[in-house]
Amino acid sequence: MKYTTRRAVGLGLTGLTALAAFFIVGMLALILLNVARNGARHLSWTFLTQPPSDGMMGGGIFPAIFGTAALTLLMTLAVMPVGVLTAVYLHEYAPPESRFARWVRVAVVNLAGVPSIVFGLFGLGFFILFVGGNLDRMLGYEEMHWAQPGILWASLTLAVLTLPVVIVSTEEALRAVPLEQRTASLALGATQSQTLARVVLPGALPGILTGAVLAISRGAGEVAPILFTGAAYFLPDLPTHLDSQFMHLGYHTYVMATQSPNVTEASGPLYATVLVLLALTFALNLVAVIIRTRTRRKAASAH
Amino acid sequence: MEQGLTRVVAAPRLSAAARRRQLREKAVAGFISLMAFTGIAALILIIVFVAKEALTLFTDADARHEASLAKMFLPQEGRYPFRWQPVSDTPKVSMIPLFVGTLKITLVSMLVAVPMGIFSALFVAEFAPRRLRELLKPIIELLAGIPSVVLGFFALMVLSPVVKDLFHLDRPLNGTLAGLALALAIVPVIFTVSEDALTAVPRSYREASLALGATLWETAWKVVLPAAAPGILAACVLGFGRAIGETMIVLMASGNADIVSWNLGDSARSLSATIAAEMGEVVVGSPHYSLLFFIGVELFIFTFVLNMVASTWTKKVLQRLTGSAS
Repeated sequence: MKYTTRRAVGLGLTGLTALAAFFIVGMLALILLNVARNGARHLSWTFLTQPPSDGMMGGGIFPAIFGTAALTLLMTLAVMPVGVLTAVYLHEYAPPESRFARWVRVAVVNLAGVPSIVFGLFGLGFFILFVGGNLDRMLGYEEMHWAQPGILWASLTLAVLTLPVVIVSTEEALRAVPLEQRTASLALGATQSQTLARVVLPGALPGILTGAVLAISRGAGEVAPILFTGAAYFLPDLPTHLDSQFMHLGYHTYVMATQSPNVTEASGPLYATVLVLLALTFALNLVAVIIRTRTRRKAASAH
Repeated sequence: MEQGLTRVVAAPRLSAAARRRQLREKAVAGFISLMAFTGIAALILIIVFVAKEALTLFTDADARHEASLAKMFLPQEGRYPFRWQPVSDTPKVSMIPLFVGTLKITLVSMLVAVPMGIFSALFVAEFAPRRLRELLKPIIELLAGIPSVVLGFFALMVLSPVVKDLFHLDRPLNGTLAGLALALAIVPVIFTVSEDALTAVPRSYREASLALGATLWETAWKVVLPAAAPGILAACVLGFGRAIGETMIVLMASGNADIVSWNLGDSARSLSATIAAEMGEVVVGSPHYSLLFFIGVELFIFTFVLNMVASTWTKKVLQRLTGSAS
């Protein structure tokens, strides 16, 4: 074949790859625009601050927003210390060639691949039936108290699910802290834990926060793990105890979209609910990605 | 003076404060190592406690009678050899329709997502100008930040009528729709891992190929892509694992009918969606309950194996290309 034909064929195929990339971007834009346009129409202050009424058609979704926020807050409190310290172990404390560290890495990679519905089963089997059941027995409750779905169990289930996200981001953040800062601190007589607490962790803080944001964004959007660990479709009361059930934006979307007698009629509040959910998860994700790209560029130019 | 010298040479004697400090350091290190164990513990607890609830199927006589392995996997007598109807007077628990449904939906999604993912990764890694690449990569990865319930909702409200008209299907909810919506969820996975593998190919490969007179496309297609092949395969395997386990999209878009049919226009029921749909109403401890946990064990094993394969291949491509085992 002549060089020019080969070049032409190559250019055509290159165009095809560009098409694929822009098609994906287009789909993303289509989803976002569709939700934003249809959702904004029904969005109002009442919708954000009132509980639902008239069989979900009227009122708002405040309990769902509150439930999602409370759930993610509890999840973050549980996952951050464990995730950050695991990453600290892997990057700062593990001896090189440590077999234990390798096992931890394998476990984290596999944890990230476990289907979210299996996390739901795990939450039910472990947290509710095993931990909750034993708690009830030990505390001497006659009726079920902890051995039933509740916000604590749902948030702990999500914490296990988001653990890999936090570990991976934190490790990346630790990697970006220059070795010289550690050696300088150690040379001045600081111990390893002092170096960690006053030099390494502050230096890695933006990256760790990115990890937290990513975990929140992921956790707030997951529905499968909370299906049977605590989410409820309609609760006029806000969750006040760790064992109360709660409303959730994602679960609300699922039930309204699949079980409404008339989906077209429900589409107003439904779209608005999705918009709020997307604003929560997607906006957080966007923030995390922007911070991350910026730190990566900075790290790349520093070396 | 002499005395001072010997004192320096002698083994340092730690003050009480220094000893305390050392002890504290050891305690901190121990605590951090203990925390690192959580990841391993979580994985073990997941499989132990999901398997524990499924075990009743094999230990309890009633459950063994109602849902034996033969009833799950072999054709049964009657008009419909394979049915999944665990809540009826005579429960039917064949898992074949669930396997067929899962595979069918996953197949559709892979057929769309693999070419899309690899092609867009090729574009971003090989052809796009630097500025465009730095913009495209995070944007495509943002697709992974959309919750799956939103993708399921999008499939239901927007894609469903389009797909129905486009392929002339009878039902609004079917395997094709679920597969296409699922493709949206796994494209970012395949894209990200493929792009990383392509970027890991050393510059010298490309320069040598271009110097020999190959065009940019030929370099990308015949040199860079083969060099990154294990990583790209790993991307596909990871995407496959994600597709098998994805729940909400399939639950909302597939129609959930327990039929054995390879017709892509028919409604289909997947393993994961079955758990999600039925666990809410099941009696704790009943055979049906154990069956759902058994499906969970199957899903766990599938994805675990796929994950291990993928990570081995990713490691291989890195080893080959960079000569180090990181």
